[in-house]
Amino acid sequence: MAEDKNNLIVYCEFDDGHVADVSLELLTKGRQLADRLGVKLEALVIGDKLEGVENQLFPYGADTVYKVEDPRLFPYTSNPHAAILINLFKEIKPQICLMGATCIGRDLGPRVSSCLHSGLTADCTSLEIGDHKDPKTGKEYTDLLYQIRPAFGGNIVATIVNPDCRPQMATVREGVMKKEIYNADHKGEVVNLDPKKYVSDTDFVVEIIDRHIEKSKINIKNAPIIVAGGYGVGSKENFQLLHDLAATLGAEVGASRAAVDAGFTEHDRQIGQTGVTVRPKLYIACGISGQIQHIAGMQESAMIISINNDHDAPINSIADYVITGNLEEVLPKLIKFYKKNSK
Amino acid sequence: MSLNIIVLAKQVPDTRNVGKDAMKEDGTINRAALPAIFNPEDLNALEQALRIKDANPGSTVTILTMGLPRASEIIREAIFRGADTGIVLTDRALGGADTLATSYSLAQAVKKFGNYDIILGGRQAIDGDTAQVGPQIAEKLGIPQVTYAEEIIDLKDGYVIVKRRLEQGVETVKAPLPCVVTVNGSAAECRPRNAKRIMKFKRVVSTSEKAKLSPEEQAYIDARPYLNLQEWSAAFVDADPEQIGMPGSPTKVKAIENVVFTAKESRCLDNDDVQLEDLIKELIANHTIG
Repeated sequence: MAEDKNNLIVYCEFDDGHVADVSLELLTKGRQLADRLGVKLEALVIGDKLEGVENQLFPYGADTVYKVEDPRLFPYTSNPHAAILINLFKEIKPQICLMGATCIGRDLGPRVSSCLHSGLTADCTSLEIGDHKDPKTGKEYTDLLYQIRPAFGGNIVATIVNPDCRPQMATVREGVMKKEIYNADHKGEVVNLDPKKYVSDTDFVVEIIDRHIEKSKINIKNAPIIVAGGYGVGSKENFQLLHDLAATLGAEVGASRAAVDAGFTEHDRQIGQTGVTVRPKLYIACGISGQIQHIAGMQESAMIISINNDHDAPINSIADYVITGNLEEVLPKLIKFYKKNSK
Repeated sequence: MSLNIIVLAKQVPDTRNVGKDAMKEDGTINRAALPAIFNPEDLNALEQALRIKDANPGSTVTILTMGLPRASEIIREAIFRGADTGIVLTDRALGGADTLATSYSLAQAVKKFGNYDIILGGRQAIDGDTAQVGPQIAEKLGIPQVTYAEEIIDLKDGYVIVKRRLEQGVETVKAPLPCVVTVNGSAAECRPRNAKRIMKFKRVVSTSEKAKLSPEEQAYIDARPYLNLQEWSAAFVDADPEQIGMPGSPTKVKAIENVVFTAKESRCLDNDDVQLEDLIKELIANHTIG
């Protein structure tokens, strides 16, 4: 298939002068995959005031940066961005397209994949290149994108392939892939595309009448220490104990999906496959049983302490230290001993 | 102004209670072996639909669901809460569909339904967490989409004003009708069942459920059109067999693995002052904290 020598493209989100972290993370992963396939890594940026954006993208390995600039293309709306991807992809026929599993990527990806009849896999946790043999027809495929994702509430991990349709599309959540400079001096080509060729006036159907961007005060992704609570914390009031310990240690408070669903704390604190993936140097899990979907979002923590009533909680098997006891007693003691010994 | 409102809903396996028979050998979900519930965010969408109906008397709310015949259960549930009627799109040929084949099938059903003003649905279903079907249906119908909706603020003059909840804030958008709106779990909770509606609609049955009733019961249902739910097949909605079910799905499941984490050798402590203080001292000494 001729298309298999075609390139890999990353849709890059750009706001307030900065390329989104998730897009740089995908360029880092995309560079590895492109090298494995022997193809070019391309980046697509759509928006307004894109001057110099390529300088943020080249160090992460982009060989080509496509820019589509028009004041109406920022802030993002679905149809115009989708039209650009659809029309550009018909022209350049990428074999793989990656985008962030953000409010933008998860809005845009399905619209594009529907029009192009290409497969799209949401929220991948791992991407690899490999071969595939169709179990029914016996037909063999080489160098497909393995789109690996949790399914079924995180109880299983599925490897998805798109044997026959292109591009193979996948979204990935922020923080799942690691962002790494490929080469600070790497330079590529800039291609300025004429917006009129790719998007028509009739695509601008949805009007943004108000936009309040509140930068989240919660930054669990980059916190070196995280005190996280689960359903076992028991109540919103008890979550205050976690905040007390976090304030003492200079940590951030995180939570499992069960704790968020129970209303103990905000959604922005959710860690796991449907929340944020974290890699702190210390993770203190309080009253977290350790559902697979949570563990997948924190298992790379350098050190894990689990505090739980239940000595057999699943999370204990991956913990470095297991403290069996009541949070209401253990957490105040940890605060007390820290204050006593830290000076 | 009376509106035709479609709510897309899905009966989903309760992924919090997954047993060993959950997966079939081909890697697809064995839905028959699992407790089935109303997808939570579809209930948030239903509430928004019912509010539009409240504000526009004479409007109808129709639930459209694709699944096994027993998905009629969620339509009954929706009717008890205020929906008018529903359609079950059910056919063996639709089984094993990925999101693209699913959205094609549902879009065909919407086309068959015909005149509609707005389509609402949950942001995503808890069994797949993909959030793809809403936007894909919008694309197939050639209409705009508004995802991550938290509230429908207004609907008039052929437009809908929607508040969207995004990662980093709130956006209010104005979209022309008809359009697809997918609703977040952070939106208002769905109103509960209404006792009067339960009394009136408790005998609502789908075509296949009716066929299992006695002739007397069937006559009772037949005499009351509001107790009848339609079941539509793939052929009825003029679906191309190449675009539905497994053949219509570009994505294939290559492998399924159970998740196994590497266990560490843990040090176990009790709620004991000396042990806890030693741990804190150790963490300070090796610069993990402090």
